[in-house]
Amino acid sequence: MKITDLFVGQQLPIRHFKATNVSLFCYNAAIWNPHRIHYDEKYTKEVEQHPEIVIDGPLQGDWLSQTVTNWIRNDGSLLEFSYTNRRASYLGETLSAGGEITSIDPNTNIVVLHLYIKNEKDEITTPGNAKVKILS
Amino acid sequence: MNDLVSDEAREWIGKSDDPIEVEVTRRDIIKYSVATEQILDKYTNGSEAPPMFVAGLSREVIPMDDLGLDGLPPASLVPDLPLKRVMAGGVSFRFHRAVKPGDVLVFSRTLSNIVGKKGKTGPLIFVTYSITCETNNGEPVLDQEQTRILR
Repeated sequence: MKITDLFVGQQLPIRHFKATNVSLFCYNAAIWNPHRIHYDEKYTKEVEQHPEIVIDGPLQGDWLSQTVTNWIRNDGSLLEFSYTNRRASYLGETLSAGGEITSIDPNTNIVVLHLYIKNEKDEITTPGNAKVKILS
Repeated sequence: MNDLVSDEAREWIGKSDDPIEVEVTRRDIIKYSVATEQILDKYTNGSEAPPMFVAGLSREVIPMDDLGLDGLPPASLVPDLPLKRVMAGGVSFRFHRAVKPGDVLVFSRTLSNIVGKKGKTGPLIFVTYSITCETNNGEPVLDQEQTRILR
């Protein structure tokens, strides 16, 4: 990837994610998160009043960051990254992660990206932004 | 909605808790990378941590008997607030260098803001933390702002 090959409005490859009980268990074990809304269906519905097991906000944040890291691979580095969890996502949903280039500075090789995770209704659940430095 | 946050609660802004020191192992990176479905070799073989790996690294590990009904440890570095259910709000990161196996990281957290807001489904309180992470040699790794939403 070279900075001269990039253009504002360029779309990043879209990747789809579908969490399972097993993947949520492994993720929450890896980060040591014992919050019951990620594995205890009865508690999640009856006590915290969610319609289904909740997909972790930071897991969606990770998927969003992968939109960038899988795109730049070893051709650049991630300098800044942010996201907001706007809408809850639940077990069974297929989420799509993507983004586009919003600005390019050819003097510094800094590229700014707008990112999103959408649900199957095309609603953005997690918008985000990133700033990367392209090596050449 | 600022009546949601009392003057007493607001006095907590600026407080910090004790720094947390964490040793990073290759196996921890590999577990995280598998669970988050990473595809780059440097992450799946554990030679470098994905950017978001640090988000879960400083979570408290406390005895089972001390966990609450919701499964979570008692909230720390947060004043008594009228809303109790915690949701992830969002984060922003500024990265200084990648995390590698063998790193010993020191996390320092300060409560930086508390704001009440009216959400679509009712009142919400946004609690923001500033977190710095550096190696135990003092090398900056990243700066993070983390928001939790109480509803």
